[in-house]
Amino acid sequence: MKVAFFPGCLVDMFYPEVGMAAVRVLERLGCDVELPDKQVCCGQPLFNSGFGKASAPIVKNAIDAYADYETIVSLSGSCAYALKEEAMRFVGDDAAYRRKLSALAPRIHEFTEFIVDVLGVVDVGARLDGTATYHRSCHLTRCLGIERQPLALLSAVEGLSLVEMRAADRCCGFGGTFSFKEPEISEQIVREKTLAALECGADFLVGADQCCLMNIKGCLDRMRERGETNSPLRVLHIAQILDMRKGA
Amino acid sequence: MPVIYDEAPFKERVKTNLAKEFQHGAIMSAQDVITGKRDALVEAEPGWHHLRSSAAAIRAHVLDNLDFYVRQFAENAERRGCRVHFARTADEAATIMEQVMRDAGAATCIKAKSLLTEEVGVNEHLEACGMRAIETDCAEVVLQTAGSAPSHIVVPALHFDRASIRDLFRERLGYEGEDDPEEITRFLRSFLRPRFLSERVGVAGCNFAVADSGTCTLVTNEGNGRMVSSFPETLVVFVGIERIVPDLASLDVMTRLLVTSAVGSKLTSSFTLNSGPRLEGEADGPKSVHVVLVDNGRSDILAGPYRDALRCIHCGACMNTCPVYRHITGHAYGSIYPGPIGVVMTPLLEGYERTKKLPNACTLCGACADMCPVRIPLNSLILQHRNNLVDGGYVQGGERIAFEAAGKLLGSRALYGMMAGVGRLGMKAMTGKSGRVGEASNWIPVLKGWTGSRDLDPMKKTFRSQFAERQRSRQDGAGDADASSGVEEGGRR
Repeated sequence: MKVAFFPGCLVDMFYPEVGMAAVRVLERLGCDVELPDKQVCCGQPLFNSGFGKASAPIVKNAIDAYADYETIVSLSGSCAYALKEEAMRFVGDDAAYRRKLSALAPRIHEFTEFIVDVLGVVDVGARLDGTATYHRSCHLTRCLGIERQPLALLSAVEGLSLVEMRAADRCCGFGGTFSFKEPEISEQIVREKTLAALECGADFLVGADQCCLMNIKGCLDRMRERGETNSPLRVLHIAQILDMRKGA
Repeated sequence: MPVIYDEAPFKERVKTNLAKEFQHGAIMSAQDVITGKRDALVEAEPGWHHLRSSAAAIRAHVLDNLDFYVRQFAENAERRGCRVHFARTADEAATIMEQVMRDAGAATCIKAKSLLTEEVGVNEHLEACGMRAIETDCAEVVLQTAGSAPSHIVVPALHFDRASIRDLFRERLGYEGEDDPEEITRFLRSFLRPRFLSERVGVAGCNFAVADSGTCTLVTNEGNGRMVSSFPETLVVFVGIERIVPDLASLDVMTRLLVTSAVGSKLTSSFTLNSGPRLEGEADGPKSVHVVLVDNGRSDILAGPYRDALRCIHCGACMNTCPVYRHITGHAYGSIYPGPIGVVMTPLLEGYERTKKLPNACTLCGACADMCPVRIPLNSLILQHRNNLVDGGYVQGGERIAFEAAGKLLGSRALYGMMAGVGRLGMKAMTGKSGRVGEASNWIPVLKGWTGSRDLDPMKKTFRSQFAERQRSRQDGAGDADASSGVEEGGRR
């Protein structure tokens, strides 16, 4: 199956290894992965900050980039939600783009949902020894209703057991530009999230949205630096776990 | 200044309140306890989400036909012997209260907990006229005695612990007991009971007004509301025009949702339906009942893009789940409407000039909308505020320049490519031995917020170029050379 991949700008710039892991997983499952050269961003950083008008060219660029593909796989639930559900508010009155977007939106799938619901695969042949706790990212879980799929994928990873952290579905405090505009608040929220992950005793904190993971890892790194924890907890995107092959 | 009680800049309010350890802890545990109880009930109620949809539909229907229902309610209330007043503004509402007091020849009145009377400033207005409203809800007594602002719409004195209440009552009310809640409550009862029996005017809010029967309802847990509404000769009920339900069947739906969402129980200890003054042959109840229907901006809200916010039934569930409210606590909002619904309502009631930064108090996580019993799309309305603020020119300076530049960068593949390249070089210069962008980068304004408390991973060779390289090497016949390597690359450390 030919799929157009949407890594999201955060993965593109800061976490290419996560994007590459996802590409390998998709290819292993028989997908022919393409990356439209034109694609950049979903527009969310702008319209969520109130700059909806300034986001219109970004949204339109994303629509143009993916409009010709039958199936689009977004590595971020948040970017997928932005394009599927929110972008229409910010496209403006341009009827052509509105039409293109409403045709495009249902063809966008979030990575884990795509694997489980579209490809019909739960066991991707991954193996990782240890215990993982899953952070239920807000847009993915609440706004797109994708919860069962990532958990099913993780449950099928050989050697991996799951443990639930306290308030796993509470926001990590990232909130896009919120974390830069209101760092004092964001810091308190992410600290509580990180402590919950540490408390549950998992070896891996797993999520399906890299922006949350960047936030939590950033807090964890700083806590280590300050000597507040020496826990070996590792922060991993689910794509990275699914990329670890049995017998490799 | 009835709605906004703290005019300090938002950042400052956040800073002050983040530092209040007791308050912070109290809100966190209240959130956990209330939502814990609520979640358990919801789990045991398979029809919960259908009930929410019904409630949302009832509320939306009433708002779509508000002219009809206001009229129907008013006519039925009058038929039952109530005197119905219409107040367009907060001032008009408070003045009606003053006039009722003068007509009754009363200088004091007793009051059940009511947000609407706070919104229109009844207490302040009466005080300015040399009169006084005496609060009878335990938490409101605490706030009134201390001169403190509410920190939650349902449990407004959350920021007081029992020791501080003991000290407050000792100092101001002559209390001599310990910090035992029962003892404090017993004292309050002895303090309030004579008032219930002697005051001539009672003031209450109204959780829902039933249109087809002209009934005002009051949901309370302390029984004070029932005494306020049945002991004094004159009763004044303040009703927001949006708080109408068509009939008793819809009242049932709303009440079940309200109580479970507000306090995590199935019922409150008192549920009062007040349908007009005492009739001949009846043993109790007020002799005259004034119903004040308050608009105070609601008609304007109804006409605009925020209509859904008027579905609110004041249960507080949104603040009980909000991650931001959890940490900054009610007082950081500076408004009697805190939490997500406060972020939506305060700017609507008071205008953007004084509330410019309030919509920042949200991560757009959507937990509030998910919890809301009447399905108000709170996060979406907050997003609407942010966009209106920018479009209305309330966001200026560096922020505006930065975002508009970002719009150009992220909207163009070519410019984005350049930015990623320059950014990577720049970050190389900022990372130390750790390979992460840490506190040493605090001097860079855009990063400071982040690196003050967190490290940032540096930019690497972009995904885009790694992907392209891989495609090229495959075309060159290198085959599938990549081993799975997620952990080694991504899980450094």
